[in-house]
Amino acid sequence: MSLVNIKIEGVPYQVEAGLTILEAARRCGYDIPSLCTFNNGQCSQGSCRVCLVEATGARGLVASCVYPVAEGMEIRISSPKAVKARRTSVELILSNHNKNCQQCPKNGNCELLNVAKITGARENVFVGEKTPTTFDDVSPSIVRDTSKCILCGRCVARCQEAHGNGILGFENRGFSTIVAPAGNRSFADSPCLLCGQCVSVCPTGALMEKSEITKIDEAMAAGKHVIVQTAPAVRASLGEEFGMPVGTPVTGKMVAALKRLGFDKVYDTNFGADLTIMEEANELLARVNNGGTLPMITSCSPGWVNYAEYYYGDCLDHLSSCKSPHEMEGAILKSYYAEKNGIDPKDIFVVSIMPCTAKKYEKDRPALVTNGLKDVDVVLTTRELGNLIKRSGINFAKLPDEEFDQDLVGTYTGAGVIFGVTGGVMEAALRTAYYVLEGKEYGPVNFTEVRGFDGLKEATFVLAGKEIKIAVAHGMKNAKPIMDDIRAGKSPYTFIEIMCCPGGCINGGGQSYVRPTMLPNEALDILDTYKAKRAAALYSEDERQALRQSHNNPQIQQLYKEFLGEPNSHKAHELLHTTYVSDRVRFK
Amino acid sequence: MQKLSEAAVAKINEICDRHINDKTPLMMILSDIQKEYGYVPVEVQEIVSEKTGISVAEIYGVVTFYSFFSLKPKGKYIIGCCLGTACYVKGAQQIIDKFSEILGIGPGETTEDGLFTLDALRCIGACGIAPAVTINGTVYPKMEVGQVAGVIEQYRSKED
Repeated sequence: MSLVNIKIEGVPYQVEAGLTILEAARRCGYDIPSLCTFNNGQCSQGSCRVCLVEATGARGLVASCVYPVAEGMEIRISSPKAVKARRTSVELILSNHNKNCQQCPKNGNCELLNVAKITGARENVFVGEKTPTTFDDVSPSIVRDTSKCILCGRCVARCQEAHGNGILGFENRGFSTIVAPAGNRSFADSPCLLCGQCVSVCPTGALMEKSEITKIDEAMAAGKHVIVQTAPAVRASLGEEFGMPVGTPVTGKMVAALKRLGFDKVYDTNFGADLTIMEEANELLARVNNGGTLPMITSCSPGWVNYAEYYYGDCLDHLSSCKSPHEMEGAILKSYYAEKNGIDPKDIFVVSIMPCTAKKYEKDRPALVTNGLKDVDVVLTTRELGNLIKRSGINFAKLPDEEFDQDLVGTYTGAGVIFGVTGGVMEAALRTAYYVLEGKEYGPVNFTEVRGFDGLKEATFVLAGKEIKIAVAHGMKNAKPIMDDIRAGKSPYTFIEIMCCPGGCINGGGQSYVRPTMLPNEALDILDTYKAKRAAALYSEDERQALRQSHNNPQIQQLYKEFLGEPNSHKAHELLHTTYVSDRVRFK
Repeated sequence: MQKLSEAAVAKINEICDRHINDKTPLMMILSDIQKEYGYVPVEVQEIVSEKTGISVAEIYGVVTFYSFFSLKPKGKYIIGCCLGTACYVKGAQQIIDKFSEILGIGPGETTEDGLFTLDALRCIGACGIAPAVTINGTVYPKMEVGQVAGVIEQYRSKED
């Protein structure tokens, strides 16, 4: 690696050749105000002009996020000229921005407001015409408000990087330019997966989840029996909403907070995950033994189910018919739990806290209505739960650690916890499949072959003398080649786990924002390490559990004995399995 | 969305195949489709997307960026009024306003009979003969407001 000598504010430094000025300055301990750039310049187009600096050898001021360092370069960040230019850049962006900041759901997390504060940009320096805007809140998951968009292109790049065939793009030209699905359609009228990856990178309030907090207020006011359940990945991220280091596990405090928010019961979706494994592992074995459709693919991720329905409507037989864990949990709460507690299922209101925006859409699917009732009534993202807790005057950091409610559907195993990370569903399923086929537990417990963040992971296991080839993919870009092989009838696999978001649910579109410019205490490479940090939180919780295989969950065993019969029974099918739609129109 | 006829789908696939091995096939494909049909609607962009692996969002972006491409059918005669700097100072705004007035359409629109589309162009590189107007490739140099009606009549009379 070759080094070059540069000076920043007159101080000499040696930095790697090829770095941009912004990257080099960060490594030397400076933080040039910047806005549109994202991870290691991934989405940098130098479009916002907020990171302007003076550099010798350059004509005029340069956008430091795209301009490379050179031998002998002298860089001035603090010169009056550069300071004024950065402020003017922000003022110009604000001149075409909908500045209703106090009403904006991004308030507190807005990078534009942050950089306006840093650069000293004053409001309304430039007043004039504004670009015509679009407000799209038709989909149940994501709201797009172009009046807040700064055209940085992060969402366009993220959608493309994660899913290959991106749904968002720049439209029109010049002052009329907007970012939108083709034809400025709603997300609901486009083949959008509703995964929310775009939301998680948007610097402003242009892309937000559709909040459902008021529905909970209404249910509580109406005297409903309100039960909350939390997905595994939420506990690995919620602490970030309260300034804790990225990936701090906060299971106990999260439960304590939920108990103080007035929910009648606080359960863990991990129970639903254990139940999913029982159904899914047995479905797989039945398919293998009875010559059913193989490979079988997991169906927990609603973003992935959307992708399969939009692009592989002819391959839906390959999807497991299992509902996702929180939907299973909801169905059990409104049947078994209701029966046991003598509560009319109509009076039960199920709230799911999810790392996901697509789950908001999933809960409204007609096929996830049982006996006329939705399995789940409301889905909140991790970020919305953060807001709910803050609204209620709870000091999260000072809460004691408390336990989930333990009755009936309260226990969970380590297998359920790891559902939240790519490879986790596969590993949980393998733990149980091994037991069913071999009649004993897998000695090392962990199937480490399926861990890690490679886009496609493959492994071969010998179970009961049979070779089983499996694959794990996350991000639809990595799912596509697998699906193309299946369509062509040449897939070598028996069982495949697919999750929509890169890294799995720990990096879901509903998780806390990871914004280096607003996390001064995190390491510079936090955007490269946050997924592993959150995954570690889940794997460590798995390690701490006394029970680590779904089939050993005593309440799951009880549920089958008393209520469902056996996995894949008629009753289990009625409550825990679903159907898919093969003819979804991509562009309405 | 409209459903395309089988013949149209086959034709679009054939156009895609012409350029699919180019390094950057999109512009050529869209250009050929524009010339063949006079417009490139989203239904067609979807087929191009499937053939090229380029997202519909990106294709839509290209179609709406370049004024050469159109999302709606264009008229038989496309009147392009240059509004580049040189033409503008030579009175191009009055020329395009006159076309608008006589045809009863704004820039970017097409007459109800499908005969004329009026386009406002940026510089077409004909500054020496400003203000310039093009109609289906024929250039009308140093246009004057008084000539507009005659030019339109010339094309109308061809249709009678």
